[in-house]
Amino acid sequence: MIEHIISTLPQVLIDGLALGAVYAIIALGYTMVYGILELINFAHGEIFMTGAFIGTALFITLSGLGFLAVMPALLALLLVLIVTSILTGFLGVGIERVAYRPLRKAPKLITLISAIGVSFLLQDLVRFITELKKGNYILTGPSLFTEQISIKASSILSSFADAQIKSSTIILVVTAIVMMIGLDYFVNRTKWGMAMRAVAQDRDTASLMSINVNKVISLTFFLGSALGGATGVLFAVQYGTIDPYIGFILGLKAFTAAVLGGIGNIRGAMVGGLVLGLIEMFAAANLSVITSNVFTAEYKDVFAFIILIIVLIYKPEGIFGKAVAEKV
Amino acid sequence: MKLKELLNNNTKLQAVTLTLYIIVSSAALYFSQKSVTAFLLVLASILLLYLTKFNNKVKWGIGLLVLVVILPFTASQGVAYESYMEVATFVGIYVAMAIGLNIVVGMAGLLDLGFVAFFAIGSYTYAIFATAQANNFLPDIFPLSGSWFWLFLIIGTLFAAIAGILLGIPVLRVKGDYLAIVTLGFGEIIRIVFNNLDKPINFTNGAMGIASIAPPSIFGFEFVQSSQFYFIVLGILLFVIFAVKRLEFSKIGRSWKAVRENEIAAQAMGIHLVRTKLMAFAVGASFSGAMGVVFAAKQTFIDPTSFTLLESITILVMVLLGGMGSVPGVILGAAVMTILNLQVLTEVTNWLGQLNMQGVISIPDALSPAKMQRMIFGLILVLFAIYRPQGLIPAKNPVFDEEKLKADDLNQNEEKVITAQQSVIDA
Repeated sequence: MIEHIISTLPQVLIDGLALGAVYAIIALGYTMVYGILELINFAHGEIFMTGAFIGTALFITLSGLGFLAVMPALLALLLVLIVTSILTGFLGVGIERVAYRPLRKAPKLITLISAIGVSFLLQDLVRFITELKKGNYILTGPSLFTEQISIKASSILSSFADAQIKSSTIILVVTAIVMMIGLDYFVNRTKWGMAMRAVAQDRDTASLMSINVNKVISLTFFLGSALGGATGVLFAVQYGTIDPYIGFILGLKAFTAAVLGGIGNIRGAMVGGLVLGLIEMFAAANLSVITSNVFTAEYKDVFAFIILIIVLIYKPEGIFGKAVAEKV
Repeated sequence: MKLKELLNNNTKLQAVTLTLYIIVSSAALYFSQKSVTAFLLVLASILLLYLTKFNNKVKWGIGLLVLVVILPFTASQGVAYESYMEVATFVGIYVAMAIGLNIVVGMAGLLDLGFVAFFAIGSYTYAIFATAQANNFLPDIFPLSGSWFWLFLIIGTLFAAIAGILLGIPVLRVKGDYLAIVTLGFGEIIRIVFNNLDKPINFTNGAMGIASIAPPSIFGFEFVQSSQFYFIVLGILLFVIFAVKRLEFSKIGRSWKAVRENEIAAQAMGIHLVRTKLMAFAVGASFSGAMGVVFAAKQTFIDPTSFTLLESITILVMVLLGGMGSVPGVILGAAVMTILNLQVLTEVTNWLGQLNMQGVISIPDALSPAKMQRMIFGLILVLFAIYRPQGLIPAKNPVFDEEKLKADDLNQNEEKVITAQQSVIDA
């Protein structure tokens, strides 16, 4: 049993890192919106999904026009990433304007319900458009970055098995790290970032300090959604096949990651995402071996939820968050 | 405007209108059996009845007359009988579930996104024991016969209630939107577990589902058709409505509403938070569990795909559409949504399909309304949240006249004094 775990470890680490990077960036979107509005933006997972579809559509168009053959693939990816993140960014701003802003003073429950509604609406819109264009809502993009690089892990420790890494995984992880560092810099070092932090602390006081609160909230949605959309593109490149329903569960797990790291805390979300990705991949690879086939890999989704429930009950402020006393 | 006022104040006129309406719509159903519209119009008479100003007993009497006698009789004349009654049965099942969720979401203010889990628990409780499935882990005496259905109605209810409490105990430490996420996770966990519980011991038969579940029977009479299940569902539904009406203004019902409005203030008023919330979970879940048992018996086949998140959201849409916290509203919401889902969407799809065949218009398959469920639900959720968060029939709290209460109180006191004096004199 132990041998199996150790020998698969290098592969588990690589896959877990890739999945964790996806969770981490989506978790950022949840955490930023929660930090500012104290609202779980249920539609965020759907924005990620929309990003994946827009990206794949762009790739298909590009290859249809013959650009993909002549352009360096990295340049094409960069182009698609930028266009997609701008589009999904505006989508996020639009959602906030239409579905959340009118409800800012309404009870929490109502806003949450509106968010669920938006999420369903987006799922079906994407399904509908894809099905109209392609006749089928499950979409497979052109395969890019498929070179397999073999890592000789066995030369480090003899009991390790060799691992495979796709070049798209490297791109995914590197882009994710760049985006996270960029966001961290933006929030902590720029004037707009400072405004965002101010609004998150106290909306009313921030507005007295001549900060345009609505603009800052729009900006937050733009950033979160742009990152989410870009992650969608990376996800589509990495895993190939996408359907309109990937966003919900993935969003839920990303939310778990955000809670794990401490909701409202940007660095916490990054760590939470990576931890969750690693745990999930570990469970998928080893669960059936450890429990001698009683639990199979299909229970890996249960894992994320159990972690969520345990964290919320015993340490609701998360790994990096600060406990806040409720104001009466 | 004048007509409306006239109708509002004149009970006799209301009685005439209602009778005419019921007669016309049921006659229409009786004579033109294929018309879905007529069937829906007969159902709508219940709504009309609700809007009248009769006293409650009369309303209940007329309502029962329509549902027990007129509707089954007038619908029974043609080929579409079973399909009508199937819709009516599903309306009943969903109404009971929506009333259950209404207790949790509408009255106690706890957003539960995994409500269908309790429905699943009820369904599987009956399904496992009413098929040979239970032989896998118990001695070989299964399947149980259909007459056990009535006992399992109670057992399923209890199991669902216990599951509600078990979910509630850890979950109640989190609140608001966290609660929503955790319950959502719980719903998914239950579905995944049922989907995979075919090994090591085969409890649920996994993704294959459980087939040929014994239909309920009583004194040798077997319930097989939808038109027969209709009466079982109606009976349970009446009990549910009666129970929730009694609960709503009882001590526990008022505590739920207090907790919904402000937890801390409620606690300060001496309301036991945990007990109140657990009670809401348990009662809401139990209604759902009972209907789960009926669902399993009616479908005779269940598998995990019947218990997805979409179902939970459907029930939530019903509650929001009707009006959170309002029992008549939720009944209306559930009826509208079920009919929309089962009848209207399929009818429109068929109609469009026919037009397509004739070449009148060409509508791509992707546009077919039956596939648009999610979009319609999403639109309803967003639009109602923004423009009418109180729903179609907003919840009403009874208004008490302070002066009158005080006067009554005084009178009672005086009476007490007088009787006391009387007894002294008698002695």
